[in-house]
Amino acid sequence: MDRWRTLDLTEEFVELVRRAATVLPADMRTAIAEAKGQEEPGSAAEGALETILLNVKMAEEHSTPICQDTGTPIFEIKYPYGVSTKALSEQIRKAVAIATQRAYLRPNAVDSVTGQNSGDNTGEDFPTLHFQEWDQDHLHVDLILKGGGCENVSTQYKLPDAKLGAGRDLEGVRRVVLDAVFQAQGKGCAPGVLGVAIGGDRGASYIKAKQQLLRPLDDTNPDPQLAALEQRILEEGNQLGIGPMGFGGKTTLLGVKIGALHRLPASYFVSVAYMCWANRRASMDVTLRDDNVEVNYA
Amino acid sequence: MHRLTTPISDEEIRGLRVGDTVYLNGLIMTGRDAAHKFMIEHFIKGTPSEEELPLYNELKKLLDGGVIYHCGPVVKKHEDGTWSFVAAGPTTSIREEVYQADVIRHFNLKGVIGKGGMGPRTLQACREQPAVYFHAIGGAASLIAQAVKEVVTVYKMEFGVPEAMWVIRVEDFPVVVTMDSHGNSIHQQVEEASRARLEALLEAD
Repeated sequence: MDRWRTLDLTEEFVELVRRAATVLPADMRTAIAEAKGQEEPGSAAEGALETILLNVKMAEEHSTPICQDTGTPIFEIKYPYGVSTKALSEQIRKAVAIATQRAYLRPNAVDSVTGQNSGDNTGEDFPTLHFQEWDQDHLHVDLILKGGGCENVSTQYKLPDAKLGAGRDLEGVRRVVLDAVFQAQGKGCAPGVLGVAIGGDRGASYIKAKQQLLRPLDDTNPDPQLAALEQRILEEGNQLGIGPMGFGGKTTLLGVKIGALHRLPASYFVSVAYMCWANRRASMDVTLRDDNVEVNYA
Repeated sequence: MHRLTTPISDEEIRGLRVGDTVYLNGLIMTGRDAAHKFMIEHFIKGTPSEEELPLYNELKKLLDGGVIYHCGPVVKKHEDGTWSFVAAGPTTSIREEVYQADVIRHFNLKGVIGKGGMGPRTLQACREQPAVYFHAIGGAASLIAQAVKEVVTVYKMEFGVPEAMWVIRVEDFPVVVTMDSHGNSIHQQVEEASRARLEALLEAD
């Protein structure tokens, strides 16, 4: 337990940031490659996906950012008993500043009152850190880099919604989420992945929606009703024909992941976190074995 | 597939249709919010001061038949004082809608590169001038930086790195025409078609 207290993981966090910014996860790459095969040969949609795949390859080879907008770094940390979250917070803030110096991150933290960019990606509640103690004896850290273009098209609905004919049930959820995909058009850098949350208060709902983005594209929702809804929205979203970059085409969405929270009787929120094709996520496990610290990235 | 080099002729522009893939070559200039506001206020609505005249003359030469790129790059400065682009994807273009048509007309611009498309005023200017809107691939920052072969010079560094006007030489910069000089806009077409499909999907339950 004392060992957790004296551990300095700053360089490991820098490496986690580097991986997230420069290496697109394998499931995303596979999905984009498969989508390219489904678009009309010679179409703008196919060309866009080809350029994206080439860019992903180059970014990894040169260890440069996949996208110049490296977004909001969101850290989800699960820690065993004995870890100091204060120490980890300090190490993570130091790590994002170092990663910015090394040009893995663009300076993205702007003071909302003065307009000043802090220059190192640290600021008030920046980066975003969520801590949760768990029963396991190792440390697990997930990181998402959430870009600004797709954050701007993310949205929240309050059901019932008369205009969309959306009541307080899963059919209502389907209606508003399809509307969100339509409203976004190509502006969130389609094809995107949707993280959706049903319920909660407004704040909890958005956080839950973003956490859905951590799920691998090929997992199955343990709730059969939500699993069916995910599949249906994925298929129907792609029938909208918006296509990569909004050029028109078969691929508008690469994944839909839905989670649910308990809600007040009076409220029924549906939050849609739109993530661009550059769905940059990386994770790290830290295990203590006697005197050794074992670090694994994924 | 088209391969074009700046300065681009009116005939070449009229030959482009929405959906065409184009590889751009030659000198282009980055310009986003601050640059557009500056050009309008100091050169188009106002008259260039004596101090600004050399820059105005440079821009007139560079932009005649030229292309502006909506981009705030990540750059690297080398020890010998030269620059290179590290990551340089497009930024959202619609913020320049209030300025773009006047900039296209004043400088005889043949193209604008960005992402997300632009509105009716720009489309009208594209038809008259003629000019086109080139859509770069959002997020393809490493790839586009590789297409930037040389940073020739930079104007208005006081706007900050992302907002400065970077004159760059590009080689086979891949873009797609999404607004052409014949009044067509993919953005308009896709929005209308997807609206009809959404309505059909909401009919069923």
